[in-house]
Order: sequence, then structure tokens, then C-alpha cells
Amino acid sequence: MNSGTGAMKDTRTAPTSGVIGPQGLEALVRSLAGRGYRVVGPLLRDGAIVYDDLASADDLPAGWTEVQEAATYRLERRDDDARFGYPVGPHSWKRFLLPADVRLWQARRRNGGPPEIVEEPPPDQPFAFIGVRSCDLHAIAVQDRVFLEGAYLDRDYAARRGDAFLVAVNCGTPGGTCFCASMGTGPRAESGYDLALTEILEGGHRFLVEAGSERGAEVLAELGAREATGGDIEAALRVSHEAAHRMGRRLEADGLRDLLARNVEHPRFTDVADRCLTCGNCTLVCPTCFCTSVDDVNVLGGDAAERRRRWDSCFSVGYSYIHGGSVRPSARGRYRQWLTHKFGTWIDQFGTSGCVGCGRCITWCPVGIDVTEELAAIRVADGEVDHAHA
Amino acid sequence: MAIAPATEPLSAPGAMTPEPFRVLRRRRETADTWTFELEPVGGEPVVPAPGQFTMLYAFGVGEVPISSSGDPTAGGPLVHTVRAVGAVTEAICRTKPGGILGVRGPFGTSWPVEEACGCDLVIVAGGIGLAPLRPALYQALADRGAYGTVVLLVGARTPGDLLYAKELERWRGRFDLDVAVTVDNAGGGWQGRVGVVPRLVAGAGFDPASAVALVCGPEIMIRYTAAALLERGVPKERIYISLERSMHCGLGHCGHCQLGPVLVCRDGPVFRLDDIEPLLGVREL
Amino acid sequence: MRTLDQVVTEFPFFAGMEPEHLELIAGCAKNVRFQAGERLFREGHPADTFYVVRRGRVALEMFVPPRGAITIETIEPGETVGWSWLFPPYLWHFDARAAELVRAVAFDGACLRQKLQSDSVLGYELLSRFAQLLIDRLQATRLQLLDVYGDRPRN
Repeated sequence: MNSGTGAMKDTRTAPTSGVIGPQGLEALVRSLAGRGYRVVGPLLRDGAIVYDDLASADDLPAGWTEVQEAATYRLERRDDDARFGYPVGPHSWKRFLLPADVRLWQARRRNGGPPEIVEEPPPDQPFAFIGVRSCDLHAIAVQDRVFLEGAYLDRDYAARRGDAFLVAVNCGTPGGTCFCASMGTGPRAESGYDLALTEILEGGHRFLVEAGSERGAEVLAELGAREATGGDIEAALRVSHEAAHRMGRRLEADGLRDLLARNVEHPRFTDVADRCLTCGNCTLVCPTCFCTSVDDVNVLGGDAAERRRRWDSCFSVGYSYIHGGSVRPSARGRYRQWLTHKFGTWIDQFGTSGCVGCGRCITWCPVGIDVTEELAAIRVADGEVDHAHA
Repeated sequence: MAIAPATEPLSAPGAMTPEPFRVLRRRRETADTWTFELEPVGGEPVVPAPGQFTMLYAFGVGEVPISSSGDPTAGGPLVHTVRAVGAVTEAICRTKPGGILGVRGPFGTSWPVEEACGCDLVIVAGGIGLAPLRPALYQALADRGAYGTVVLLVGARTPGDLLYAKELERWRGRFDLDVAVTVDNAGGGWQGRVGVVPRLVAGAGFDPASAVALVCGPEIMIRYTAAALLERGVPKERIYISLERSMHCGLGHCGHCQLGPVLVCRDGPVFRLDDIEPLLGVREL
Repeated sequence: MRTLDQVVTEFPFFAGMEPEHLELIAGCAKNVRFQAGERLFREGHPADTFYVVRRGRVALEMFVPPRGAITIETIEPGETVGWSWLFPPYLWHFDARAAELVRAVAFDGACLRQKLQSDSVLGYELLSRFAQLLIDRLQATRLQLLDVYGDRPRN
């Protein structure tokens, strides 16, 4: 495996583990709900597997899988009733940690005095995420670097993130666009979770549950799990091992930062600009893309105002607007910005790669642009320059 | 795994919440540019270092990054010079004394005024670029003995667009400061220089071998001024420039101000030329 | 007390030229003086002179109705004014006025033009120096044209 993102912190405590059957998942949801968490996880809606509120474990997409390829996503029935037999869909956990539209504060003008500003309180229910894949665990850690570990803290993110209970799932069914193995971000979750589940289908449908924190161990104790045997653990490791060899994509990740830094005028960017619609789908589905814009709006005729934070995308022309013009008016410039940031300058800015190999951008690009293919093309023609556009 | 939630006291405002500041004084500099003196309404003063900026908020309209333009050594109010070029800056410029503006900051890197002690100091300002440089000049003049020759080169569109006109006259009158002013074009009545700022560099009286240059203005003016300084023999490691990019947060969280590997709000706006020049040379970076 | 000859040979503009050429040029030179406001030359008039300013400031102007005379550039001490004498139709392209008391050395362009016909080396030496002058002016003009400080469109 190639060098990983390095964003994960090892928080393993003394190993605590157990094995539950599929019914044990209901006990998990009950236990978390009982502790006051808002439980969210994967469920079927609108022809996709998305993340939303789980009322019970029955909401999980049992027996479903996703077929993913460049510009392709469809659901298919499995011939078993695996609860987590699919990779990742269009949603990522940033939907909850960095919501697409959030009010930061409200202000009201007072007679003769400065406006009174009331900051938006954080959500009152902490989240429990069920089904966090290893790639997405890494993505959360990547965003932690941006919002929690710089000079300034993002309060809203910190509040949502701080209490979130993470139940990871080790992938058994990687997808056609997955390349976490190449990025060193999976398929097995190493750390950063409260509980990790591995769904085992051979020899009896069961889940190996491993605790990654004290509170994870506390919840595990309520699931009625039996002790894990050596066979259970081996079976679980086999699931991950096989998944690692069934990745849909592969990427040579070594030295990407330097490769991109020395190829800013590569002809491949001109080539991809012919195909790229600058629709921004990739930035919407990417679990690490974090760009937002700040909107200051008047409310009710001028005496009240609020500040909101919305998802933004470097693919929009207005994103880089100053002084009567955009710094990146062309599609070429904007695609280059996204690709070189994700795989290159993100490392300069935040110390990790921005990509976790989840493959969503490949699946959800309407024209099927494949970052692994684009990067390979640049590597193969390292040093070439498009003189017409440089 | 739990990450400890934010430990700031709830009473302290979050980094995206503006502090209210009252306008003490508003002075018109040119047809579209005003200088504001601001004091906090009950909160802590904000004291930017020369070159730093704050995010200035006009109630219900929006927020923009504005460099501080006041004297960092005087301990007085927060000073900002604002040019009305869009909805937010126009709203700010309409705010009269007694009115309230929101302030967040200060943010960003600063001019290396202290580090330039012992050197000749060359300050080159184009247009509104004189505003972020004025604090550096104040700071140097407050410790004048620590520097060799101090030179101020100023360019503007027309004589009517020169900022701080009265102060410029006072600075010209000093015996320990060389001031040269030029405009891009002028009607009758202007007896001063007409021409571009880089031309002033060639004739300015400083020693390139020991000079530190601070340059601010439109990016193209910065480029040509840097070329003129390099031609005079000032090395890239002693030329500092201030850059602008689209900014929404000032905190390194919104992504807008990226310039390749750097975030202008965090790693700038003041940059050393040898660090930033390769990036400036790439179109649409 | 330096002679005009010495002064001319020390002008940076002529640096690197052969002594015989310098002598020849100095022979075409004379000291001139303009009071503040006095015109050196007028757009459209025959151009038979160029100047090297020794003291004071010369404003190059264009007359733009209805705005009046606009100063497009000022020439400072040590700098050279006037290249129109070297290129047909030998007519001035703009006005020049002394912005303050100006002392300069004026060179007889008409006389020099004749000498250039027979001395191509001298021709090359002068042309290359004036070419550099034109390059500098062109670059500066382009920057001025861009109106870099100008009104920005609304956000």
C-alpha cells in the first residue's frame, strides 16, 4: 500500500470485541438512541443509498448493493441480505458535520445602540453515525485538520464533531470506482472510531464488533455479544483482505504533490477542460471538499440580519472573483485548481492529502472524468507543457 | 472516539462573529475613498500589525477584508481606508460618525518593519496600496534612527486620486524622508511628475545592497515595480509584496483565498517575493 | 568650470560612444533655458531638435478637447526629450512645456541628420539609444493605458 493520508490518530484502547447477529444491530440502534444520540446511517431513498435518520436497524438497505462506474450508479439486489453490502453513495458525513446551509448568527438592530448578535446554538442532539467506511473516517480526520487544528476553530463543526459517536463498518463490497487501498485509507478502519463492525457472511451471518474507545466498549456491553473466536477474527480479516484486492481503481500515489507542482501547465488540463462541465458534482459528493461561502442577508426590511454559511465550489466562476474579474475564468483553470488542490497543495496547506480514495467523484461526474486516469496521464507525460495556454 | 468540544468560554464570540465598532471620525480622501477611525463598543481594541487586515462588516450588507491604515505606535483608534467599489464598501463608506461597523481580526502576516532595522527602507505604493503601507511608514518613522535612507514612492491615477494628500506634503517636508510622487495622467494645474511608478525606482536614492522594499498596489504594478527593483540590484529576498484574493472568512476555513499551496489570509497577505514569485507567474493559479 | 563639450560627453545617454562621435555631437549642442510655462515645442511642428534636461521638469502634453492640455508624461533631469527628429516626417508628436525653470542642452537635429547620412556608425549608435528610449516610453505608456488604478466594475 502507498503512503496514507497520515491524518488518523491512533486512539485504540485495550481491545474489546464481540460477535453479534444481524438482530444485534437493532440493539445497537436502541442503545445509541437511548443515550440521546440522533442515529443516522445508510438507507434506501430515491434510487440511491443515502445517509439519513435511522429509526431502526430495519431501515438499513438489507440485500442491496450499488454498481458504480465512471458516470454510473445503480442499485442491484444481492442474493444475500447483507446490511452493508455496498460501498459509499452520494452522501458523505460532511452532510451532518459541515451542513450545506447553516446559520452562524442573527443580528438585530437596537435603537441607538450596536446590533445585538446572537450566535446559532449547536444542534442539541449529538450524532451517532452508523456505517462510516474507512475512507470516510479518514475524510473526517482530514476535515478535522482544517476546522479544528488551525489557528482558528470552527465552532459549529467542533460542536457537531466533538460528541459524534462513530460506528465504522469495514467494507466487504468495494465499488467499481474505489481506490482507498492506493491512498492508504482502507479498506480496514484502523482507528478513529468508537465501534467498528465487520460483516461476515460465510459460516453464518454475523458481525465482529470491535471497540475503539471507552464509550464504544460501554455500548458494546449492551449488545448481548458473544465472545469472538479466533475463527471470527480470521474471517473478519479475510473480508478486509479480499476487499483490498477488489478495488475498482488503482492510483500511484507516491510523489503526487511534487508531480502536480511541476506540471501546472500540463496539456492534460487542457484536455480535461474539453470534457469538464464545471458542474461541481465532484465537490458536492467529495467527503473532504470543504469550501464554503459566507452570505450576509437582510431579514424583514432592514432591522434584522443574519450570516449564513453555504457550501461553495471552486468550479463556479464567481468563486475566485475580485476586482471586476475572476482569477480563474476558464474551465481549465478551475479543473486544475480542484485536482492540484485535492492531491497536491492540500498537503502544503494542511499536512495531509485531500483525497481518501472513495471514488465518489468518478461515479458522480456526469461525463465520467476519472481522477485516477487523469493523474496517471500526467505522470506518464511528466514535464510536458501546453504552450498555447501556459 | 470523542474530540473534546471547543473549550472557549461561551461568552467569547466565535471567530465568525463581528465585534461592534463605532465610527469616531470619517474623512474623505478622494472622490471614492474614505478613512475611518473606529473604536470598540465595550469590547477589546483591535490592534493590527502593519500589513494586517480585518474583516469589516456593514450591517445586513456584507463583509470585506480591509487592511489597517493607521499608526500602530500611537495606541489610538482602529483606522481603515476604504474605497467604494461595490455594495459592501459603498455601504461602509456611507456610515457616518456614530454609526456602527462590525470588525473581525486582525488577520494575516505583516510587513517586516522591525526586521528591516539597519537597512535602507523603500516603500512603493500604487493607488489604494498606500493605505496598507502607511502603518509601516509610521512604524519606521517612530524609530527613524534604526534605518538608513527611507524612501517613499507613490503613484496614483490622477492628482485627485492621491491619498493622504496633506500628510504627503508633511512627509515631503521632512529632511529624513525622500518622497517622490507620480500620477498616470494629469490635467492643468499639476506641476509634478507624470508617469508610472516603476520609473520612480530607477532614480530613487537608496542603496540596493542594503535595502528592504515594501510594495503594494494593483498586481500588475507590483510586478513591474519588482522588476525595476531587481534591475536596481535589490535581491528578491528583500522585496515584500502584499496580495489580494477573494476572502470570505479570514480564518483559513472557506478555501477562497488559495494561491497554489498558500492561503492568502493565513500565509499572507504580505509575502516575500522569492517565495511567491513562481506562483504569481502561473496564469489562473 | 566645465565646458559644454565636457558636459555633453558626461551625459549617461551618450555613454559608450566613440570620442569622435561625442565631439561631433557636442559640436551640434547649445545651452538653452525655458521659463516656467514656456513651450519647448508644439505638436505638428517641424522636429529638428532634441534635448537633454539638466535641471527642472518638462511636461509632455497632448491637447484633448474638451479636457484641455493633459500631461501624459514628465521628463526629469538627466532624461532625454525628443525622438521625432530622427524619424520621418520629422514632426513633433506632442507638446512640451517647461513645468518649472528648465535648463537643458539642445542638439541640432537637422544638422545631425545630415551627418548620419555619411556616418552609418554614428547613425547606429544614436538610433540604438533612441530605440531604447522608445522602448521605455512604450512600456510606460502601456501601463498607463491599462489604467491599473482605475474605477473597478461593481461586485
